[in-house]
Amino acid sequence: MFIILGTLGATTPLLFASLGEMVVERSGVLNLSIEGMMATGAAVAFAIATLTGSLTLGFAAGALAAALLSVIFGWLVLASLANQVAAGLAIGLLGLGVSALVGKPFEGNTIAGLGKLNIFGLAHVPVIGPILFGQDIMVYSGIALIVATTFLFKRTKLGLIIRAVGEAPTAARDIGYPVVRIRLCCIAFGGLMAGLGGAYLAIAYTALWAEGLVAGRGWIAVALVVFGSWTPLRIAIGVYVFGAISLLELSIQGLGIYIPSQFLSASPYIVTIVVLAFISRDAAYLRLNRPLALGKVFRSDG
Amino acid sequence: MPERVLRLPRLRLELRTERSGFAIIGVSIFAVAATFAVAVILLAILGKSPVRVADAFFVQPLSSVNGLAEIVLKTGPLLLIAQGLAVGYRADVWNIGAEGQLIIGGIAAGALALAFQDSNSVLILPAMILVGAVAGAAWAGIAALLRVRCNASEILTTFMLSGVALQLLYYLVTGPLRDPAGLNFPQSATFGDAALFGALIPDTRANTSLLLGLAATLVAYVFMERSVHGFRLIVGGLAPNAARYAGFSEARAVWIGLLAGGACAGLAGVGEVAGPIGMLQRVLSPGYGFAAIIVAFLGGLHPIGIVFAAALMALLYVGGDFALVSASVPTAFTMIFQSLLLTFYLAGALLMTYRVRVVPRNVRVTP
Repeated sequence: MFIILGTLGATTPLLFASLGEMVVERSGVLNLSIEGMMATGAAVAFAIATLTGSLTLGFAAGALAAALLSVIFGWLVLASLANQVAAGLAIGLLGLGVSALVGKPFEGNTIAGLGKLNIFGLAHVPVIGPILFGQDIMVYSGIALIVATTFLFKRTKLGLIIRAVGEAPTAARDIGYPVVRIRLCCIAFGGLMAGLGGAYLAIAYTALWAEGLVAGRGWIAVALVVFGSWTPLRIAIGVYVFGAISLLELSIQGLGIYIPSQFLSASPYIVTIVVLAFISRDAAYLRLNRPLALGKVFRSDG
Repeated sequence: MPERVLRLPRLRLELRTERSGFAIIGVSIFAVAATFAVAVILLAILGKSPVRVADAFFVQPLSSVNGLAEIVLKTGPLLLIAQGLAVGYRADVWNIGAEGQLIIGGIAAGALALAFQDSNSVLILPAMILVGAVAGAAWAGIAALLRVRCNASEILTTFMLSGVALQLLYYLVTGPLRDPAGLNFPQSATFGDAALFGALIPDTRANTSLLLGLAATLVAYVFMERSVHGFRLIVGGLAPNAARYAGFSEARAVWIGLLAGGACAGLAGVGEVAGPIGMLQRVLSPGYGFAAIIVAFLGGLHPIGIVFAAALMALLYVGGDFALVSASVPTAFTMIFQSLLLTFYLAGALLMTYRVRVVPRNVRVTP
């Protein structure tokens, strides 16, 4: 009960970041800078929300700051034809640096978090009320994002175009699609989502700023895209299972069973490694779902 | 209506047939200059005097013995790790967890030093070097095994293993390896003198662990530029299909790439714990494992280029320390400086493989 309630809030940053990254990867680009973009989104959102007193402005500023970083990344990989891994690391590090710089005056500060909604006035219904009707708006937005991205790739022409660009960019270009522009839009969308995820982390979930707040979530988001084999629904399931596991550990500790705190901090990484190894074993399945041109440099005039 | 034809210039990329030495050096200079330009603007926004910061970054470190010694001290680990990483990167094997491999190397060497704390044997330091390299390689080997056996992306596993290594270090220095006489500080006892590298420049922190970096450079040069094994790795990175057709084993490339990176990072860990630190503590490295990724690229993934890149990065680290003291520039700035350097390098690297040609293009216009 408590677990489900907490899971929804804890997983929202991961949900936004990994669904955003999924769209980017579907267009054939591997953006490894999620961690840095989330950190920048978090720091900028916290700074703006503190200074203006408006959480909405905070979310907007955080998302835009991360999107700006992602556009620089896009410039590196699309215009300068840079290696996507290297470019992702460069921008990721830049994002971490920017977040440390922006967040420095606010280190350790807290903020009044995002209020819970009370949909149809049903939030006080015992058991299911708080879970279904009493979350904050971003939790519902996250669920809307699952639906929207599923619809995008299952039912719309735009989704098909993005997939074409990610599977066979040369063919997509030859039939007249602006591959570079589409990829840039996807990258910027991924940046916006990573920024929103980071912003949620700082101004809603923890409601405080400390350097290192993102704590590897950006990397886990990248891994979750592989777990979910580039499908929104499966990614969402992965996100929630992941959240449940981490909260389960907290409750075990709450029961008085002693686990060294370092083990708890390391466990998301260990879980990710084990699951990643397990999922990746089936090479054929992975190949079937993985965008064919993922990570490959594309020259529009080549 | 009469049609007019305009001849507009248009930029076109042409693949270079051979690498241009001029472009390689030019791009590096461009990256440094552009980074500095952005840094000056950023500092102006922060209200710092660019002159004082430039003084702290480039004059102070180079104008005293102590400053130079600090540069030497920080060049060592960066050089070591970057040489190891570059072997993998050229084979398209992406080890980004050198920070964790460094920590594991440091832990292994440190545990050995603590176990033989009273020993004066001359063998203790060589044994630590060996154990550190093996431990670092083994940690990276987990990622290699998972990649070869389970097809798991080494990019993600090496990063995740870094996170695990850091927590393992925290656990050890607050628990099993904590100094019983250390007032509960999260650190081990200090190592005996036999377990420390000797001074390279008298009365400074610069020590002989730099020789490990120079040795790695030599080995990397011979292996990558002069041996068939290195050639196979490079072909695998540039043209995987050609490598497969030629029968070069991909699994072998993954193993070599990751083990080389892990061993070098492990050695760097030994250099830190048996050098300036002299014990195990919560922080073994100011992000050398990540900075070395930048060093590897900035050096063009070439053993010789990496030497210069490592020295430049070390200068940035030391300059950052000076800037913190004399101009109160936040440490985050060093991280921004480093990442901008790689960003501009990658932006300019296009010109190393491509030549930009201006070609006329005819455009029909109906007025």
